[in-house]
Amino acid sequence: MTVPDSLSRRAMLMKLGIFLNTVIAAVLAVPVVGYLFSPIARARKAGDSWLPLGSLEEYPAGETRLATFRNSDVRPWDGKTADSACWVRRIDEQTFQVFAINCAHLGCPVRWFPQSRLFMCPCHGGVYYEDGARASGPPERGLFEYAYKIAGGKLLINATELPTPGSPSALVNIGGKIPCA
Amino acid sequence: MRVIQNLGEWLDARLQIAATLRETAEHRVPRETASWFYVFGSAALVVFCIQVITGILLALIYAPTASEAWNSLQTLNFNINLGWFIRALHGWGSNFMIAIVLLHMVQVFLFGAYKYPRELTWIVGIFLLLMTLGMAFSGQVLRFDQDAFWGLGIGASISSRVPVMGPWIVKLLLGGPIIAGATLSRFFALHVFVIPGLLIALIGLHLLMVLKLGINDWPMPGRLVRKATYVKEYHELTQKDGIPFFPAAVWKDLFFAAAVLLALAACAAYFGPFGPSGRPDPTIIQTAPRPDYFFLWLYALLSLLPANLETPFLLIGPVLGIIFLLLLPFLFGEGEKSWRRRPLAVLTILLVAVVLGTFTNLAVNAPWSPVMDAWSGNPIPPQYLQGRSALERQGAAVFQLKQCHNCHSLGNEGGKRGPALDQIALIQTEDQMIRQVIQGGGNMPAYGKNLSPAETTALIAFLKTLYPAGRRPARDASRVQVTQSEAPPPKATNP
Repeated sequence: MTVPDSLSRRAMLMKLGIFLNTVIAAVLAVPVVGYLFSPIARARKAGDSWLPLGSLEEYPAGETRLATFRNSDVRPWDGKTADSACWVRRIDEQTFQVFAINCAHLGCPVRWFPQSRLFMCPCHGGVYYEDGARASGPPERGLFEYAYKIAGGKLLINATELPTPGSPSALVNIGGKIPCA
Repeated sequence: MRVIQNLGEWLDARLQIAATLRETAEHRVPRETASWFYVFGSAALVVFCIQVITGILLALIYAPTASEAWNSLQTLNFNINLGWFIRALHGWGSNFMIAIVLLHMVQVFLFGAYKYPRELTWIVGIFLLLMTLGMAFSGQVLRFDQDAFWGLGIGASISSRVPVMGPWIVKLLLGGPIIAGATLSRFFALHVFVIPGLLIALIGLHLLMVLKLGINDWPMPGRLVRKATYVKEYHELTQKDGIPFFPAAVWKDLFFAAAVLLALAACAAYFGPFGPSGRPDPTIIQTAPRPDYFFLWLYALLSLLPANLETPFLLIGPVLGIIFLLLLPFLFGEGEKSWRRRPLAVLTILLVAVVLGTFTNLAVNAPWSPVMDAWSGNPIPPQYLQGRSALERQGAAVFQLKQCHNCHSLGNEGGKRGPALDQIALIQTEDQMIRQVIQGGGNMPAYGKNLSPAETTALIAFLKTLYPAGRRPARDASRVQVTQSEAPPPKATNP
């Protein structure tokens, strides 16, 4: 008597072999996926990071100055890309606004013109007023703002990631309103 | 000769591949396909090989770390024998690759080659196109300079707009919270391992299908594709009226490939390598990043779209476009192949070409970008200042100092973001000018808080002089009724 191929011992062993490989592949996929998605976990783990922008005297009241800072979560081979720039506007003794350098449209570096008290973006012509509010051009909102605090005569900002239009951390208060919310 | 022959026989006894190779080389193709229109695919393959070779050569020197990549490109340009030429070949090869792939696609589309039974060949071709563009973008990133750095920021900003997933996608794209070493490393892996590997596999598949299904027959108006009969008809065509690909058709491919290689080498030798531009230092903000040539149309689109349409257009447009291209062979898989009887197909190509050409041309001049140093670098043309009153000249100084020149041109110098102001007094009355300056609007910021009344008065006095001789400046008719008199307009600008 012949057994049909589909029921034979060999066919069963082959299926078992395929099953074993599938299970092991699935188990191996877990660390691979975890590895691939580590940038997301890395960002989440970072949490708040208060970065120093130097002493308060560097920022005269009524003026807007360029400041640079070193990001907290960096690697030795990042070189200069570990640094970022931002615009610090000192309104009075204790009140500041710290704007991201990145245009709220597509992230190009905006430049401050103290004469006309405007930020202009060289890419697509976005313009912002001195308080970061949108003035004209393609941006849909004002400049991104970093939260700041003053400790021991130093200005610190909470900068954790590249501000982008879709990132929740970009949703900070501008002029008492939360934009895009 | 005997030795070579013996060696060949020895190898073939083990590889057993000679017969297959001969059969493949001499496979019969329809007579008319030995045409200069059928050379783009092989040319793209040749340029791809150049890219692989020059890419490997560059990888011998290139240091894929954020801190050293830019330095290693400088070394390649200036300190390694002919390193600049290899970089130039690779950079120009990228431009040539995209140009030839697009030509190939247009030819295939106009000759109806995507129709039955070559649907899958077309679909694989679409993925090859997407990967070619992916290579172009990732290659631009590896040239880790200012343009690459801020270009990544633009890529991140676009990706972040994807609903819900956006911020995650940004972190996966950048390999971390900011653009840094991890970003360059993953683009290096994509550009050097992932995409080329996929490209090689898909090119193999693409070629295999061209061989198995046969090259597309020359489209004859009136010879319709029908699924029931096509394969038989094609077989008869190749058998009765066919010619062997080698050597009857291949010589045109060879000549075209040689011409392309010569042009590529000439461009590389004459124009040299691309960049790198400034150091990728995020604290140097005096930069106006521009994308590479083949993404300029996108740059234009992003500036010209209304703000509220931008995100849907960016996120949905490409998806719809790709879906349409993938479905094309199923929607129009039968019927007429010849472009002579497919006016819609020809119009589509023309439309796409005109749109891409126009956007690219616009983006070369980028009229929407303010000229960031026009206020200090581009003086007001002297004829606009001669014989002017002190107030009017003061207004010209305000025009410069308040960066008006960055967006408004005078004598064709300065920004083109806003309208040129050479003849503004013809179009707007004094009151209209004051309102526009103070309140802004129509894509202009409001200067109300940033100009003192004295500055505004001076600026308007200057603007009122901007009209050509022999014309009357715009005036408010009602003013005459009220005051019974009218101040004479200032002298015209151009005597």
